[in-house]
Amino acid sequence: MLGAVLLGFLFSLFLVFAGSYFRGKLAVLSSLIPLSLFVYFLTFIPEISSGEVIYESYEWIPSFGVNLSFTLDGLALLFALMITGVGSLVFLYTSAYLKDHKYLDRFYGYLSLFMAAMLGLVLSDNLMSLFIFWELTSISSFYLIGFNNDKADSRKSALVALGITGIGGLLLLGGAVLLGDVVGTYRISEMLSMRDAITDSSNYLLILLLIFGAAFTKSAQFPFHFWLPGAMKAPTPVSTYLHSATMVKAGVYLLFRMTPVLNGGDIWHTVLIVVGAITMIYSAVHIIFRTDLKGILAYSTISALGILVFLIGIGTQAALIAAAVFIVVHALYKASLFLITGIIDHETGTRDVTQLAGLRKVLLPVAIAGFIAALISGGVPPTLGFVGKDLIYESTLHFKNNAVLLTIIAISTNVLLFYAGFVAGVKPFMGKLPKKFEKLHLPSPLMWVPPLIMTIAGLVFGLFPSLIETTFAKPIAMTQAIAFEDFHLKLWHGFNTILGLSAITLVLGVVLYFTLKPSHALENKIAKLDFIAPEVLLLKLSEGFAVFSKYWTNFFQTGYLRHYISIVVAFLILLLGYLIFSDFSLETDFSTLADLTIYEISILLMLLMGVLYTVFTKSRLAAVAALGVVGLSFSLLFLFYSAPDLAMTQFSVDTLTVILFVLVLYKLPKYLNFSNKWLRMKHGVLSVSFGVLITLLILRVLKEPKNTEISEFYAENAYKLAHGKNVVNVILVDFRGIDTMIEISVLIVAALGVFGLLKLRLKTRDKK
Amino acid sequence: MTNDIIILPLVVHLFFSILLMLFWNKVNFQKVVSMVGNAIALCVAIWAFIHVYNNGTQIVESGNWPAPFGIVFVGDMLAVTLVLLTAIAGFAVSVFSTISVIKARLRFGYFSVFHFLLLGLNGAFLTGDIFNLYVWFEIIIISSFVLISIGGEKNQLEGAVKYFALNFFASMIFLTALGVLYGLVGTLNMADISLKIAEVKDTTLVEISAVLFLVGFGIKSAIFPLYFWLPASYHTPPSAVSAIFAGLLTKVGVYALIRVFTLIYGGDSFLTTLLLFLAIMTIFSGGIGAIIQNNIKKVFMYFIICHIGFMIGGLALFTEVAMAGVIFYLIHDIIIKTNLFLISGLIYRIKATTNMKKLGGLYAHYPKLSLLIAIPLFSLVGIPPLSGYWPKISLILASFNAQEYWFFGALIFGSLITLIVIAKLWSEVFWKDQPKINFPKKFIYFDQLRLGQKFTFVFPVAFLTFVTLYIGFGAEHIQQLSQRIAMELMNNELYINAVLKR
Repeated sequence: MLGAVLLGFLFSLFLVFAGSYFRGKLAVLSSLIPLSLFVYFLTFIPEISSGEVIYESYEWIPSFGVNLSFTLDGLALLFALMITGVGSLVFLYTSAYLKDHKYLDRFYGYLSLFMAAMLGLVLSDNLMSLFIFWELTSISSFYLIGFNNDKADSRKSALVALGITGIGGLLLLGGAVLLGDVVGTYRISEMLSMRDAITDSSNYLLILLLIFGAAFTKSAQFPFHFWLPGAMKAPTPVSTYLHSATMVKAGVYLLFRMTPVLNGGDIWHTVLIVVGAITMIYSAVHIIFRTDLKGILAYSTISALGILVFLIGIGTQAALIAAAVFIVVHALYKASLFLITGIIDHETGTRDVTQLAGLRKVLLPVAIAGFIAALISGGVPPTLGFVGKDLIYESTLHFKNNAVLLTIIAISTNVLLFYAGFVAGVKPFMGKLPKKFEKLHLPSPLMWVPPLIMTIAGLVFGLFPSLIETTFAKPIAMTQAIAFEDFHLKLWHGFNTILGLSAITLVLGVVLYFTLKPSHALENKIAKLDFIAPEVLLLKLSEGFAVFSKYWTNFFQTGYLRHYISIVVAFLILLLGYLIFSDFSLETDFSTLADLTIYEISILLMLLMGVLYTVFTKSRLAAVAALGVVGLSFSLLFLFYSAPDLAMTQFSVDTLTVILFVLVLYKLPKYLNFSNKWLRMKHGVLSVSFGVLITLLILRVLKEPKNTEISEFYAENAYKLAHGKNVVNVILVDFRGIDTMIEISVLIVAALGVFGLLKLRLKTRDKK
Repeated sequence: MTNDIIILPLVVHLFFSILLMLFWNKVNFQKVVSMVGNAIALCVAIWAFIHVYNNGTQIVESGNWPAPFGIVFVGDMLAVTLVLLTAIAGFAVSVFSTISVIKARLRFGYFSVFHFLLLGLNGAFLTGDIFNLYVWFEIIIISSFVLISIGGEKNQLEGAVKYFALNFFASMIFLTALGVLYGLVGTLNMADISLKIAEVKDTTLVEISAVLFLVGFGIKSAIFPLYFWLPASYHTPPSAVSAIFAGLLTKVGVYALIRVFTLIYGGDSFLTTLLLFLAIMTIFSGGIGAIIQNNIKKVFMYFIICHIGFMIGGLALFTEVAMAGVIFYLIHDIIIKTNLFLISGLIYRIKATTNMKKLGGLYAHYPKLSLLIAIPLFSLVGIPPLSGYWPKISLILASFNAQEYWFFGALIFGSLITLIVIAKLWSEVFWKDQPKINFPKKFIYFDQLRLGQKFTFVFPVAFLTFVTLYIGFGAEHIQQLSQRIAMELMNNELYINAVLKR
């Protein structure tokens, strides 16, 4: 299976380098990749239907517990066949749909990257590798939605889709890590036996929240659904493949996969049923107000995803089987309808359903496919759609709570989906053919055969539901860790309530189709309500956030150095003040300190006056001179405490600094005052408090007993071991010689810098 | 004396910085010498890394004075790993400098100072003496100041002054912290400090010294609310200079925080709470700063800040799992941030601007180059299985284990912002059609370069991208290394025993 997953990655890598050969006639050959994978997965049917589960594992990053372990059971096989099967047809279709497109190779590259990622996702037995593939599907979707990247709205839709699925991806990462932490493994097959440990864990709710967040964003559940209609900016093959048949079902897949692990009772059921129900009915209602074929299909896709979440939420065996069958049903008819829409768009140049009519006269095979697809979508016997719908009603009717309400919601949604299928699959082909479309020709069979194949498959599965039953339905039911009851999928159940409900659905659907006509007037009506649509609210929120970001950033990054320094100082004062006053004691024992002499006092006075003068003088030169006084007072202090070499150093440095400063300042323009009184007050307060805190700190440090081990070693061994009579010198050049060496280097670098600053002035950037 | 290997990187850089000064005016020769020097430094760093990997922590006593009396260099796993990363980044940037930095700048000792900067970085990673660390910081600051200011353009100088003033202030705070600490323990050797600080009775004073270190190193590593110098200065010098700054300057601050807080102040609850809060705010501020920028370089600058928060937060959680995440992130971050600024230099060479509003059409005209650039961009975002993704597993796990849900939220927030902003950047720079702007005429565009010159431009980016890919796909190796380093850090007696030979 590893090979099967890698094949698509390798092919897309291959296309990066050899893409130019695949832009022309050879493009059609790339469909061999999904086709061969499809055949490969078909060969597993006998094993899987006999109840086997196939495992395969390769070590990858064992330190993280992330391994490439794959599992093939009924659920994985269902998705794998759907991915490769629909993939084959979409690859074929694309070679005609985007014929001679200059980036056709790129398109195939993204498409096979996506296919590989999606296969990896559904085959992964390791939650972490599942996440990895999950993110890769988001990325490939980003590139595919933005494929027409010269168009601004394509780019925007790609960003929105990536943003929403990106949040979901991060939540999934969090959920996976947390789940892995609770059970000690990322292997889903090992988690199956630990459901109680998970549901009893204190983190259970958080795990649910994170996993739900991931599933709902990926599978476009309300209120995160809006990225999906936007994603329809992608070329139609992408909408078909990613945004209806496969990728958007990844969230559903995750919930399906996690049902036996996380289904811990009421909260699981309630959340999924409520969110699914809202999504299915909300977006089904939206269908009425759309005129763009792809818009209609997008909302009906969201609605279908809602149904799936809803069914998983119900979670009985009947409901889960209904979900599994509905996944197949939906993939077949929705992919067909998308491909048909693509043909109509390709040939007529419009997808506006109010403009389209009578196309059966020119596109007969397409019309046939559209008609069958509409039948499947509407759940008309003898299609598989009928089987699927029956199963849905069966599961709602037998649910323990609110059976009636849930059934009503399901019926209303199905009526609207019936309508959607007929508007998209039948309406464009009925009625009188407008003049402008008379000259249309049937496109290449590569385009109309794929939808035909899928719709015919829908018919065949409907007539022989046992095909589905043994291959998927039973193996899936068995992996769900619920008490397995044997069952049979049938087209005909005899006369019962469910048949009655089906009949009601069909009748209401037909009535709706013939009474309600899609129109721009309706579309405009709903547009007025846009201000409460989740996407608009989110947009406003993000705009607000951008304003806040600007304000916040500019509040700190003002461009004034003094502002920066004062914030740093204020921060220090806050921290030091908090610590110093948290256990404040000023019990300095003055008796241990040496007495103040008159010399010290006068030096201190000099120092203080120097500081004050520096701060308050209006003349730069005077300020520099006063700074000199401060420096010299320090050297006097050093001298006083018997450190003549330090005093000498300080003295020379200070004298030099003052001279240099004076030379420079002499050339500067007159002193300008950039600050106001309030600012100077603020800075004054900051400086004084900082000084006070540092003083308190030093007094406190002095109180602590000194550890003199090191200094005694220096004093003792400077002569004995290092053969130098001056301890300070020995420390500088021997004990800590490296320090001195580096400080010398610092001076050299500084000299280089000064030289460069004085000599080099780049005037313009043109020379580069 | 095989353990002397660990100081060879210092010797190599010191030698080459002096050698380069001897060929002051021969710029072309300097280019070759610098590349050779960095290649040698890379080989030596690999050698030292392998040596320590196989033989455990190595120490070198300068002047043969044993610790704690003399200055020792300590090559533990963390130090040699960082030395290796410095060598990788340094090599890439030196190659990039030969083509992207104009002759006028090169004539004023650019390469010599560049080697001094690398010397300082290596020294800071290797030293086992806290005052010596201060000295290495001095040479880092002065070298980077010179590199920022060479050229003397107005905005460059403005940036340089802010950079220098704030970093010098940071050094003063560092020095104050040193003074307090020395007053308490009377020693400068970090291993020795670690032992003696346990005997200090006034724990508040110990916390105060820690807070001073936190602020001093915090300024250098650009955490909230101390990061001002970074957005004020990183975009002003040539891209090659920004690249080495982005990759390593803030990281040396992070390194110092990691070293000091694991070795000396391990797990003090006031400090970890404070650090965690600052980390969350750093992620937040850096992230929202990145949203509103239109200049690629500025976007990347704010991402530096944002992602520093990831590392600081992991340090604050103070568990082995978190620390492994921090180290992995650090490894990833050094390479990726260096590369991002090289990329912005490359884009500048192609389009003469780094303003997203004026950029466009790169994907249409340079598809393969764009795909190459996409790899580091996605690694930055942390698209699995690229390099930025793996450390997040450890960090998220550690935040759950410590029940620090705010930090988890911040991680998600930071990752999401990175994703969205990079996607926006991709859409603006690579997807959008080139807007109609007046391209400067005198500029030498990428297309006008000779093939060899183009290669020199792209090679460093490709080289670092390759390293990033290795970090992503060879995550097993990196994670094992990170776990080993984390184990060494969390059990600081290993370090202490090695240094003091107990």
